[in-house]
Amino acid sequence: MAKKNRVLLGIYLCLLFVLALSGCSRQNQQANTIQIKGSDTMVNLGQAWAEEFMKADPKVSVAVTGGGSGTGIAALLSNTCDIAELSRELKPEEIEIARKKGFEPKQITVALDGLAVVVHPANPLSQLTQDQLAAIFSGSVSNWKEIGGSDLPIVVLSREVNSGTHVYFKEHVLRRGRKDSQVEFAATALMLPSSQAIADEVAQNPGAIGYYGMGYISPREKALAIAKDADSPYVQPTIENVISNAYPISRPLLMVSRGEPKGLVASFLDFVLSGAGQKIVVKIDFVPVKSY
Amino acid sequence: MKSVQARKLKEWVIEKSILLSGIFSVVFVLLIFLFLLREGFSLFRGESVIDFLFGKSWYPISDPPRFGILPLILGSLLVTLGAAAISVPIGIAAALFIAEIAPLRLREALKAGIELLAAIPSVVIGFIGMITLGPWIKNLFNIPTGLTALTGSVTLAFMAMPTIVSIAEDAITAVPRQYREAAIAMGATQWQTTWRIVARAARPGMLAAVMLGIGRVIGETMAVMMVTGNAAVIPTGFLQPVRTLTATIAAEMGESVQGGPHYAALFAIGIVLFIITFLINGVADLFLHRSRR
Repeated sequence: MAKKNRVLLGIYLCLLFVLALSGCSRQNQQANTIQIKGSDTMVNLGQAWAEEFMKADPKVSVAVTGGGSGTGIAALLSNTCDIAELSRELKPEEIEIARKKGFEPKQITVALDGLAVVVHPANPLSQLTQDQLAAIFSGSVSNWKEIGGSDLPIVVLSREVNSGTHVYFKEHVLRRGRKDSQVEFAATALMLPSSQAIADEVAQNPGAIGYYGMGYISPREKALAIAKDADSPYVQPTIENVISNAYPISRPLLMVSRGEPKGLVASFLDFVLSGAGQKIVVKIDFVPVKSY
Repeated sequence: MKSVQARKLKEWVIEKSILLSGIFSVVFVLLIFLFLLREGFSLFRGESVIDFLFGKSWYPISDPPRFGILPLILGSLLVTLGAAAISVPIGIAAALFIAEIAPLRLREALKAGIELLAAIPSVVIGFIGMITLGPWIKNLFNIPTGLTALTGSVTLAFMAMPTIVSIAEDAITAVPRQYREAAIAMGATQWQTTWRIVARAARPGMLAAVMLGIGRVIGETMAVMMVTGNAAVIPTGFLQPVRTLTATIAAEMGESVQGGPHYAALFAIGIVLFIITFLINGVADLFLHRSRR
């Protein structure tokens, strides 16, 4: 018994040492691994690229994780990843911090994404103008009957503020791209932690309205056709409409590297922008940068 | 044959390493608090403490940002209050039943079951709350969404229950046998003994159990983020979405620019939370000490 205890104590002390040491070891930067981190919207896309890329050269390992655009850029700034995936553009203060840390962030558009606005399939409405969208999401319209729907309170769903999708939607739909606008999401808007959570809530709530990247559209929700204004045609969020720029709510998806991409990072980005890489974009339901 | 000196040396090493472990855990808490203070305090260079604590709107990424955490504090308190209202009566009753009334075999089965409840990860409880409890509450009360303070309270009540039951049960079992024997000898029924003698003698321990349960609830993040809807409005009832302090930190930390005002505001929320849990634990400790004496 005493011997067993001594062995246990020994193991415990060893573990303590290992833990203490592992805290000191620097983040490893091997030549044949790429760490990619960032936008939840882009995780599946990044993963698909990584798989194809690793198939071509099995010695290479590419790890893709999500967490939100902000998480990705924070990781890039603290040098814990090689490429940040962003579903919005870099903020001026982020570029400034990068410069302070001694590199110029390089933004590359790798795909396009249409943002679908979705409601419950039982909702009689199937199209809205951007002004109506802004009114709904900022809370100035709170019942579906005010815009021609049934008499039901509107439940506004939004992503959390760590999401590039949230930022994009606020700047381009609520504020219509005007820098001086002070419009906010309604304080009563539910902030959900993921696009999947929005899809789940919309699918079971007849009064809900939410938004997410069009890759998430499923038959359980109904995507609305959107018009720029009352005189413009209503456009469905489809790949063709995003490429032709007819669909009004679409955005670039970016990859950001620390300075000019070099070595493995450069060859990965080349692959992403190649014909094969852009075919994967279509397969994951996003929109390629250019058609091949 | 070992020499006495070698044995003494061994004793010394063991003693000191245990001492070191003890000191470390306290030092860690202090360091965490200092770190929170250092990161959070820079917020108050541009923002008054009153505006922060009593401001009514939380728009952290707007320009200019607004950091009013009153809705978040009230959200946290409301969810916690609701969870306590559900878990305290049930938890205390369960503890009394397990310690005093249940036959031996049932007691063991119940204790194992409650420990199992404590082992369920919070994200799983949150998931169940979101998928099953949310729609159920929505239909039951006929409200626009099921992601409400009440949903959060019920979910969290499940998480506070194991803490409350096991600590209260320990307190009840620790009541000396003689009390019960004396009561029965005086002609008290079992219920009178349990309720008027044992429960009263174990009261400080049970209060400590309640406080620790509440401490667990107010610090819980994942489950609450999934089921309360996270709308930063000042709540007026339980059937409304609320946003808690913890969920705000968890949801927004990823986006905040390191060293910026938003980042500092989240750390300042951390300070507020730390102070709240510190107070709760302090009160619990006070009661626990009284019960030991």
